[in-house]
Amino acid sequence: MSKIFARTWLIMVYLFLYFPIVTLVIYSFNDSPLVSIWSQASLRWYRALANDRDLIASVVLSFKIALMVGLLSVLFGTLTAFVLSKYKRFYGRTFFFSMATAPLVMPDVIVGLSLLLMLVSLQHWLGFPERGLLTILLGHALLGTAYAAVVVSSRLKEMDVRLDEAAMDLGCKPRQVFRLITFPLIMPSLISAFLLTFTLSFDDVVLASFLSGPGYSTLPMVIFSRARLGLNPSINAVAAVTIAVVSVAVIVSSIYHVRTQRKRDHEIAMRYSDGSQ
Amino acid sequence: MEWSGLGSVGSISAFWSQLVVMINHFKKLLSGKSLLISLPYLWLILLVAIPLLIVLKISLSDMGPTSVTDVLSWSQGWPTIKINFSSYLFLASDQLYIDTYLSSIKYALLTTFICLVVGFPFAYFMARAPKYLQPMLLMLIMLPFWTSFLLRIYAWKTLLVSNGIINNALLSLGVINQPLAIMNNSFSLVLGMVYSYLPFMILPLYANLSKLDLRFLEAAADLGANAFKTFWLVTVPLSKAGIIAGSMLVFIPAVGEYVIPELLGGSDTLMIGRVLWDEFFANNDWPMASAVAVVMMLLILLPMSLLSSYQSEQAESKL
Repeated sequence: MSKIFARTWLIMVYLFLYFPIVTLVIYSFNDSPLVSIWSQASLRWYRALANDRDLIASVVLSFKIALMVGLLSVLFGTLTAFVLSKYKRFYGRTFFFSMATAPLVMPDVIVGLSLLLMLVSLQHWLGFPERGLLTILLGHALLGTAYAAVVVSSRLKEMDVRLDEAAMDLGCKPRQVFRLITFPLIMPSLISAFLLTFTLSFDDVVLASFLSGPGYSTLPMVIFSRARLGLNPSINAVAAVTIAVVSVAVIVSSIYHVRTQRKRDHEIAMRYSDGSQ
Repeated sequence: MEWSGLGSVGSISAFWSQLVVMINHFKKLLSGKSLLISLPYLWLILLVAIPLLIVLKISLSDMGPTSVTDVLSWSQGWPTIKINFSSYLFLASDQLYIDTYLSSIKYALLTTFICLVVGFPFAYFMARAPKYLQPMLLMLIMLPFWTSFLLRIYAWKTLLVSNGIINNALLSLGVINQPLAIMNNSFSLVLGMVYSYLPFMILPLYANLSKLDLRFLEAAADLGANAFKTFWLVTVPLSKAGIIAGSMLVFIPAVGEYVIPELLGGSDTLMIGRVLWDEFFANNDWPMASAVAVVMMLLILLPMSLLSSYQSEQAESKL
């Protein structure tokens, strides 16, 4: 009885989570210009997508920004995580910690407003930077740093300190310890931090709207301005393409994950069997 | 040597050795602990601390005819500070702002409550599911994260509008005679927020509940507690940390949400994120927008400190 109830509950919530996504994809094949009224199946909106200059330009811009955001966030996020996990005492550590976590809990509108006002003052004093790609990049990289720091520091916490100590005992300099021991061990977390911050940047509309200038519209900004005006079949087609790309990426990465896991298990098993002989 | 004329060879070599010492000193400063700390430190000061200070500063300044007047100005060589509370006074006196703050809190609380009611049993059942299924169940919860948030909200719009998919389906089935008013009101707003933030509730609860020691539940049953009593007196108190974390992770972003009210809310569903946006983009009133932001920050400071104290508690218990 309770088992049936539990199963129903799980299934209902999954249905709730996936129902809108599935209908969005199905209706992207709808021929009618009215999004919610089904006429017949066609690829009309996908063809329209291929000729949609604004949209394609925005995808290119978003992609560029997201790529750089991923790299910058991983760099600064790793530094932040490293400092927080390695140095338990330095001047202003609490302040440092609160600055690193603040972007995670502040509403997007506040982060956007504060960064914009800072950039406006900077431009007032230095005549630089012009609002556009660079300013969006900075905003996203700030948010990304905070998220990447969380991902990387959770990995650093799990790491065995004795490995570092062993390397140092064997004569490694701190830089070598990082390059030879720490870096390979945290590599998977760097990859997931990159993917997370890439997606974050590719998905953000609020910060981008605050920080972008004329002529710089990211993909979410274009989608948002169309969605505000009403229903638009082109958005359904964009959604379907996005979901397809994401699904392929997730499936590929999980297969890769399973494979490496298996390989590692196999190697460990081999070592054990060697030892027992 | 051309510049040997500048002085004796000895003084030049002394200068060089001095320079080498200085460079080495500088190198040490740049390569060691201090560089490692100062790089992210400066990055965060530039992008977190200074912007927030500027918001505070502008919220205390006045809106001039062309630009914002400066709080700090120089007259006759002396800095003079002119603090202007007019934005805050206006905020406190205008009923609309007060109503907006209250209704933002109301909708955020409602969202948190619904997420908890739906998410707690979900996380509980997920933690009790067969071990081999759990990674897949977890991945299915995380998967929507990787698809665009904006597109998922838009999807609800296509479902909920009066000639939308849900209404059309119900009309053609003859369940209803006229379209349900389920769009551009508080219903669609809260639905959209619950939909977006439910995973934030489920994940910390699952993390907590999957570590629950089942022997406690057995002990409670042995001692004669019924299922409800066991749940209420044992399971809930033991998962308090997860409940707090999940609730904060839903409540805090929900209070300041802008995109969902803009796409799914109506003109009468007041949300503070939207007001801030309009003050800035439509009215160009920077001091007012900043004041709204400062008050919003103060509003979420309490739940924020709750969350951080929970997190440090967690961190300590792990040691």
